Order: sequence, then structure tokens, then C-alpha cells
Amino acid sequence: MPETLTKFIFGRLTLESLPLHEPIVVGTFIAVALGGLALLGAVTYFKLWGYLWREWFTSVDHKKIGVMYMVLGLVMLLRGFSDAIMMRLQQAIAFNGSEGYLNAHHYDQIFTAHGVIMIFFVAMPFVTGLMNFVVPLQIGARDVSFPFLNNFSFWMTVGGAILVMASLFVGEFARTGWLAYPPLSGINYSPDVGVDYYIWALQVAGVGTTLSGINLICTIIKMRAPGMTMMRMPVFTWTSLCTNVLIVASFPVLTAVLTLLALDRYVGTNFFTNDFGGNPMMYVNLIWIWGHPEVYILILPLFGVFSEVTSTFSGKRLFGYTSMVYATVVITILSYLVWLHHFFTMGSGASVNSFFGITTMIISIPTGAKIFNWLFTMYRGRIRFELPMMWTVAFMLTFTVGGMTGVLLAVPPADFVLHNSLFLIAHFHNVIIGGVLFGLFAGIAYWWPKAFGFKLDPFWGKVSFWCWVLGFWFAFMPLYILGLMGVTRRMRVFDDPSLQIWFVIAAFGAVLIACGIAAFLVQIFVSIRKRAELVDVTGDPWDGRTLEWSTSSPPPAYNFAFTPVIRDNDAWWDMKKAGYRRPLSGFKPIHMPSNTGTGVILAAFSVALGFGLIWYMWWLAALSFVCLIATAIGHTFNYHRDFDIPAAEVTQTEEARTTLLAAEGARA
Amino acid sequence: MASTAITAGSEPVFHLEEEHAHAEGGSTMLGFWLYLMSDCLIFAMLFAAFGVLGGNYAAGPAPKDLFDLGLVAVNTTMLLLSSITYGFAMLTMDKGRVAATQGWLAVTMLFGLAFLSIELYEFAHMIHEGATPQRSAFLSSFFTLVGTHGLHVTFGIVWMVTLMVQVARHGLIEANRRRMMCLSMFWHFLDVVWIGVFTFVYLMGMLR
Repeated sequence: MPETLTKFIFGRLTLESLPLHEPIVVGTFIAVALGGLALLGAVTYFKLWGYLWREWFTSVDHKKIGVMYMVLGLVMLLRGFSDAIMMRLQQAIAFNGSEGYLNAHHYDQIFTAHGVIMIFFVAMPFVTGLMNFVVPLQIGARDVSFPFLNNFSFWMTVGGAILVMASLFVGEFARTGWLAYPPLSGINYSPDVGVDYYIWALQVAGVGTTLSGINLICTIIKMRAPGMTMMRMPVFTWTSLCTNVLIVASFPVLTAVLTLLALDRYVGTNFFTNDFGGNPMMYVNLIWIWGHPEVYILILPLFGVFSEVTSTFSGKRLFGYTSMVYATVVITILSYLVWLHHFFTMGSGASVNSFFGITTMIISIPTGAKIFNWLFTMYRGRIRFELPMMWTVAFMLTFTVGGMTGVLLAVPPADFVLHNSLFLIAHFHNVIIGGVLFGLFAGIAYWWPKAFGFKLDPFWGKVSFWCWVLGFWFAFMPLYILGLMGVTRRMRVFDDPSLQIWFVIAAFGAVLIACGIAAFLVQIFVSIRKRAELVDVTGDPWDGRTLEWSTSSPPPAYNFAFTPVIRDNDAWWDMKKAGYRRPLSGFKPIHMPSNTGTGVILAAFSVALGFGLIWYMWWLAALSFVCLIATAIGHTFNYHRDFDIPAAEVTQTEEARTTLLAAEGARA
Repeated sequence: MASTAITAGSEPVFHLEEEHAHAEGGSTMLGFWLYLMSDCLIFAMLFAAFGVLGGNYAAGPAPKDLFDLGLVAVNTTMLLLSSITYGFAMLTMDKGRVAATQGWLAVTMLFGLAFLSIELYEFAHMIHEGATPQRSAFLSSFFTLVGTHGLHVTFGIVWMVTLMVQVARHGLIEANRRRMMCLSMFWHFLDVVWIGVFTFVYLMGMLR
């Protein structure tokens, strides 16, 4: 084949682009390929493709989409954690002249991929999944405002994840750090495909995130059950609202700044270049205008989870509901006024740095108010130390330490010493693991029975809990110490042998966390095996307070047979106290959205478009772009997007539950 | 109206007996507003980039060497007229006159195409003179800001064609009216953004 034709078809993709010279990557590829084939084979063997396509992939049911988000987050957690433990191992052994086992080219990709994956493809899907599953149930709605958009958003997130995963085996990932600062990420210093993978993976996923943000805001504003005023919304719904406001008001910034970086790389413009008037620090400013709100996007919903968990397991109404809401709103606003604290060392001068230092410290006030609210909720409560509550207590202890080191970093002169040191790394892992991750585990343990109708096994949950909590402290406290001694982040080898012991302790912590993840997987497996023992037919296993516990577990497709009427913050608690009886007759047909495969198809074209752009396969990019637009337009010609669940079917579903509840009542 | 199925009267109400049926598309306007605001943020970033880089000519051409205010005035007129004619399309839609609505949409589209043609002519002219997006940070941010607006107008025209086909097929049914309303907001939004471009890029550029 003539060379020009090969070049036309494959762009810059050649056989040399496959990382066959990296034994670690080849080994990973073989393992992933075998595992993947086994999975696909099993799905085919058990004839599950039709079921998966009809019931899950094309589903517009917010509960199923929520569960799929959680699965995506879990899968990507395994990838992101593999990167983490590889780094820990490398740093623990690269002393006394040893180069460790990772070369610089590979190591730099690993720390970049670890950050990108953990934020965009682990934390974000987990948080979005939780909100998707819980919010409509908490507000008494049957679905989100735009069910198709919800499905589409999910698949775009998957599309981004696919591009990141592809970079592992086809080409390479960025070697720039997780925010890809120029000029390093510019075409002169990163001429290969790594940064392009980064850009297009985040652009594809970013579309999904923005649309899902718009969707959930509309849902919360427009779809609340009658009686649920804003100040009667459950705190989780409030924090979700604030998080989605942050998403809609910050992800476009990321889209814009990555587009400018892409233009610099593809077209040769001079936004962030060193010459022709470009300004690399503008990139750093713009990306942190997205980046700081992003950390609150991640943590706020988990603050909501802790609020729900604390009041449920203390058997008390949440202390200071109003102050909790205002604290959340204040954090939402303040999160836009602190971005510069990520680069005090830019040299903006004392007054600018003081402004951003002070706004940063102010954020600790509403956050502290929240901590006290949770403590006062527990005070004199009948606390049940079930798994979600254990995670919550661990969060309060751990997160407070992270919050205090954050305030320390907010002092500009101190930051000049600690900037880009391992102290910073320890700080943000302290708040992200101690806040976001612990919160997610609390949330998963709390709402799992709602999603599947049986509780998670407590024994393996506790094993996972202790491994995670102890593992966290072992892994990150040494980094605080190293950071104070001046060790910078992203180092591959070390000269000073006296530092090694701390890295060995940190690696031990990472191994403990690995056990925590393994125990979590075992917990899921064991719970599914023992689901008959762990079953909950009441739909209210924790003696809950909010509306999601009023329906069955798992809830029917329509969530609520009748639209509930709300009289109190703790709507379900109020209903139980006021002698609520489940309605047994008079069911009506229920109007619901229909499933559609368009979301999957659009996301597939987006992945193809991204892949074409990454490898300069212009024909593929053009073709998939045209298909993308055509499919989107074609979808608008479909005017029949919903159907009615007949009254008979609703009656049948509800009567089945009545029978189940009666049997349970007889046994009790 | 509602009951808990035990005793009527003093019993508290826990659910609606009758569905108050969320009007179909009841969230669409809010959702579309939110989308517009997110799009507005993208423009805000591009304006900010222009604000930072707009004076970095890198010894290349400056606005005074490049801009032809007369041409830009004609261009602006095209876009403003297209907004007025879209308004007429909405008025005739309210009266349920399908043919008139389609006519005004077509006129709007022609004005939009005129706007795009003039813009492309301007771009071609600048590039021909060596003022390419690669020449300086000022030109990079100029082409990106104005070009992004132009891409939006192009997208709006594609949408308009789609909508005209759909109105021709189904008439001015509820779903199509909603879509007309969304496109209307989109079109006027682009007008507002253009006022910003006209003021900050062209007029103030000439004063620089």
C-alpha cells in the first residue's frame, strides 16, 4: 500500500504507537483482554445482550442510569487505584541509585492518568450516580426532567472513559500532570497524542456532565411533589442542587479552556504559547476557575449524604437544617472566589494573594458549621453504629484534619514553602478520600438496600472500612511529613536515603487500601450470595426519614403509585408518625418516558470523532461528526417518546407488594 | 379529593388521588435557559481571553489596520434584522398561521446567511492580508471569539431548516411551538452576544 494512503487512513497511528516495548503495559493489556473476552463470552453464553440492551443500556429510568454510573465509577476506581499503587511502589524502591521499575516516560503518564481518572471518571460518576438515583426519589418524582438527556449524559461519560482507557494500549496518555499546564502541554513540548487523548476524553465526558447538571437542576426546581417547598427539601437534595448549579456554572469554563488548548495544538493559534503574545498563565487561571468549583462539586453531595445518615442513625431530626442549607449555599458562592490559591506562587502580589488567602479561610466557617451541626445531631441521639454511620464518624475525624491543613495552605507565605510539595498531595487526598470517598461508601451502604432490596453484608463492610481508614492514615500522614521537609510532588527517584522509610510506610498504607477495595468487592459478592438473609421487604430498613424510604425496594419503574404530598422536612418520618397507610386501590395509568438507543449511538460517534481527531484520521473525524449531527437531527423527528403504564399493571405491582408486606407482617 | 383510605375528614393528606400531570415539556424552557447560560459562560471565557490577549499584536497588524467598520455595521444590521423577522415568525405562530410563520423563518434564515457570508468575506480578506489566527495572540482570540459566534449562527440555521421541515410535516403543534420558542431564545441570545462582540472587539478595538 502506498505510504500516502496508509497515512490518509491511519493518520499518525502506526504499529510503533502500540506500546509493545513496555512489558508492564503489555501484561496489563493481556490481562484486560482476557478478562474482557471472558466477560463478553459470559454475556453471550448466558444470552444477556438483549436484556442488557433493552433493560439497561437504552433505559431512561433514573435509577438504572444511577446504578450504571456507580458501576462505571467502580471499574474506573480499579484502574485509578492501580496507577496509585504503582506510584507508591516506585517511590518506595527508587532510592540509593535504584531507578525503580518504571521509566520516566511511563511514570509521568501514570501520575497524570491517576489524577484525571480519579477526578473525572471515578469521583464524578459516583457522585452523579448517587444524585441520579436518590434525588428523584427524595422529591417524590417519577423521573428526571429530561430522561433521554440523562441516558445520553451517562454514555458520554462512558465515552470519555473509553478514550482514556484506549490511551493505555493505543499510543500513550499525557505526561503533563492532571491539569495539563501549557507550555508543557503545547504542541512544541508534547508533540505526541497524550495531551490529545486528555483533551478529547475530557471534552466528550464534559458534555455529559454539563447536560446532566442542567437536567438535575430542572428536576429539583420543577418536579418536586406538592408541599415540598425549597426549605422542606431533604439536605441531600439541597446539596445536589448546589452541586449541579456549580456544574453548569463551571464545566463550560473547562470546555472553553480545553478548546483553546486544542486550537493551540491543532491550528497553531497562540493562546498559551510563549511567543507571539500568548499567555500560559491565563490557562492556569482559567482552568482553576473551573477546577476549584469542581472540588466542591465533588464534596457537597457527600455533605448531603452525611446529613441524611447522621439524622437517620441518630434517630433525630437534623440539627440546624436552615444553617445547613445556608452553609451549602455560601460554600457554593465562595467556591468561585478562591481559585488563585492554587498558584499563589504566580506572583500576583501581596494584595491579590491576601484576598484569595482570606476568602479561602472564610470557606472553613460554613464547613465548620456543618461539622458542628452533625455533632449536635448526634448529641443525645440514639446512635446506631451501622456501616454508613461508621463511615460518617471516620469522615468527621479525617476530614477535619484535611480542613485544617487546607487553612494552613491558604496562608500565602506558608504556601510559598509548601506549593507543589507532598504536603499539598497529602492535604487534598485527606479531603477527597476522607470526604468524597468515605461519603460515597456511606452513601452506597445507606442506599444499596433501596436499589436492590437487600442490605450489604456488615462483616465485609467493616473489614473494608478499617482497611480504608487505617490505610488512608498510613498512606498519607508520611506525605505530610515529607512535604514539610520539602519533598516535591511527581518525583520518580530520590537521592536522600533518609526519606525512604516514609515512602515505605506510605506504600504499606496503599496496600491496606488495596485490601479495603478488595474487601468492598467481596462485600458486594457475599451480599449478593446471601441476599435471602439480608433481604428487606419493608423498603425502609434503617427507619428512614425521607421520601425514598416510603416506596418499595427496589422501587417500581414509576417510583410512586400516587404522587406523595409533603408536610414536613422529614416527609416519610412525618407520614409514619401521622399513621400513614399505603393506598391499596384506585390506581391510575402512569405516564412514563420510553427507552431509546440514541444516547448510546451518539456517544459512540463522539468516541469515534475524538479518536479521529487524536490520531489525525481526518476522514474518521469528519465522517463521525456528520453521523453525529445526522443522528441528533434524526432523533428530533421522533415525536413519540412516552407511553402509559396501564392501571392494571400498576395494580398488579402494588398488590404483589401488599402480599409481600402481609407475609412479612405475619412472620414478625 | 385525596385520602389515606381509612377514615375521611380529619385524616391528613399524604398523596394525590388525581395526577396533576406535569405538563409535557414543562421543564424545557428552564432547561433551555440553563443551557443558554452555560453557553454564555463559554462566550464569557472567550471575551476574557480577548480581554487579556487583545492587545498582544506581536508586531503584527492591529485592529485599526484590519477592521472595516462600515462592513461590520452592515453585518450587524443583517443580524439585528434577522432577530426582528424571527420575532414576526413568533407573532404569526401565535396566530396559528403556518405559511406566514414559514415565510418569516425563511427570511430570518436569509438574513442569517447574509451575516455569515459577510463574516466569511471579512475573514478571507484578513487572512489574505496575512492576518491569520496564527499571526498573534490578538488575532487568535479575535478569530476564536468571532468564529465561535459564527459557528453558533451556522448551527442556528441548520436548526431552522430542521424546524421548518418539522412544521411543514406536523404543523404548529405544541411540541413544535416549544421548539420555535427555544430557537427564538437561541437566536436572540446570539444577537446579544454579537452586540458584545461589536462593542468590545470592533468599536473598542478601533479606539485602542
